[in-house]
Amino acid sequence: MIPLLVFVGVLAALGLSACGSDDESGGSGGDLLVSAASSLQDAFDAYGERFDAAEIKPSYAGSDELAAQIRNGLTPDVYAAAETDLPQRLFEDGLVGEPVVFAGNRLVIAVPADGDAGIESIEDVAKPGVDLVIGAMDVPVGAYTLEVLDKLPAAQHEGILANVRSEEPEVSAVIGKLTQGAADAGFVYATDVPSAGDDLRTIALPDELQPEVAYGAAVVSGASNPQAAREFIDGLVEGPGQEALRDAGFLPPP
Amino acid sequence: MRARRVGARRSVFALFALLALTLVLSFLTVPVISVFTNTSPGELVSSLGESSARDALWLSFRTSLIALLIIVVVGTPSAYLLATRSFRGRSVVMTLIELPLVMPPAVAGIALLAAFGPRGIIGGAIEDSGIQLVLETTGVIVALTFVASPFFLRQAQAAFSAIDPSLLDASRTLGSGEGRTFLRVAVPSARAGLSAGLALAWGRALGEFGATLMFAGSFQGVTQTAPLAIFEQFTSEDGFTTALALSAVLIAASGAILLAVKLLAGSRTLASRGT
Repeated sequence: MIPLLVFVGVLAALGLSACGSDDESGGSGGDLLVSAASSLQDAFDAYGERFDAAEIKPSYAGSDELAAQIRNGLTPDVYAAAETDLPQRLFEDGLVGEPVVFAGNRLVIAVPADGDAGIESIEDVAKPGVDLVIGAMDVPVGAYTLEVLDKLPAAQHEGILANVRSEEPEVSAVIGKLTQGAADAGFVYATDVPSAGDDLRTIALPDELQPEVAYGAAVVSGASNPQAAREFIDGLVEGPGQEALRDAGFLPPP
Repeated sequence: MRARRVGARRSVFALFALLALTLVLSFLTVPVISVFTNTSPGELVSSLGESSARDALWLSFRTSLIALLIIVVVGTPSAYLLATRSFRGRSVVMTLIELPLVMPPAVAGIALLAAFGPRGIIGGAIEDSGIQLVLETTGVIVALTFVASPFFLRQAQAAFSAIDPSLLDASRTLGSGEGRTFLRVAVPSARAGLSAGLALAWGRALGEFGATLMFAGSFQGVTQTAPLAIFEQFTSEDGFTTALALSAVLIAASGAILLAVKLLAGSRTLASRGT
């Protein structure tokens, strides 16, 4: 009994001290909790290595999921979304500071490199029997996809919607389904395809169908490290963050 | 003197245990109660009227029942064999069976893809035979069966092991074959343990999230089970109430399963005591 209690006590103490020490360690400015859209993962990981003001602790997920977490009381330091409406609405509700637009991107069709569905254009995606995976309506990549489909002729629009086999909660899940060969095609960001190595092939969308993909970031209200958060976002607009974004293939803000 | 000190020590411990129990109870029940008290019952019920919520519940119900059926039909004789025969490597077999029990759901999803996915080691053969698993309801059933079966197998194996071997021997000496002994003697005697395993497996199947999403995907009415719908509702800006409503239904369902099993097991024990 006593050894067990001691064991539990030691574990608890270790756990608590590990949590506590996080605030002081990690360079000059402590930790910076960054909630970012999953499409930003590669760029932000690279930026994190060049960012000196604090140790970046990123959390990548769908922008909508991260916004829902903030609405339910979670306070990371930075919120970076793959669109501008979500941060804007959080700002209007006083949950984040004023958002800035820091990058753009393009929506593309991705297909498995060895796919045999014969998809070379968006018209081919509407063919019966194509297994299509898209982002769910609430996640930015899904909303952009619907924007593209809305610009298509009705028959093509219907045909593509009829081929949707899964609505994934974030763009990385769409990529996962494609690299596993579980689907014939998916709508993703242009920057997602190179990160999948040689597994995927990009099919560009015609310019007239292209939605305006813009990334917005804001300091979260009640952030424990607001100064480093500000610096992080400034660097995204101009500086090492912007460079990391360009290296990863992102476009300047539209 | 010594007796009194022991008594005092005992009461200090009793107090500590009582405190611990209070902590456990409140920690485990407050979140559950909050699901029901966060929103008015009327709102909860009306948000269940959404087609995505109803489709998700119906799909969860169907797929978990089919998974359960597979688990019982295949799992019960397997557990019986494991419990009644001792052979070399039996503990290895038990460990292998229990592995999905402690496996993170995301790992289960990856493992299923690596095995049965289109690029998986036997996925090609499955596809050639005309069965599609990923992005299909069948894939959901595969994921549920994979994560839930160890819960049943473990309990069933323990329940069969607890049967007095002489009971089974008697049945055999009286001329019953192995199959008859299994059905007429072993299964009824192990009924309490079997139903407890069933309840745990069903609960796990109803709650499955990660492996389903990774292996089967998420599409309303086809692969979007209740937990996946809860997640989707949570991430949409005005969907929190629907997420709560679906959670309330799942909690009620899991509670009912647990209660039914306890009652079944209880009445069985009383009945067998009476005879």
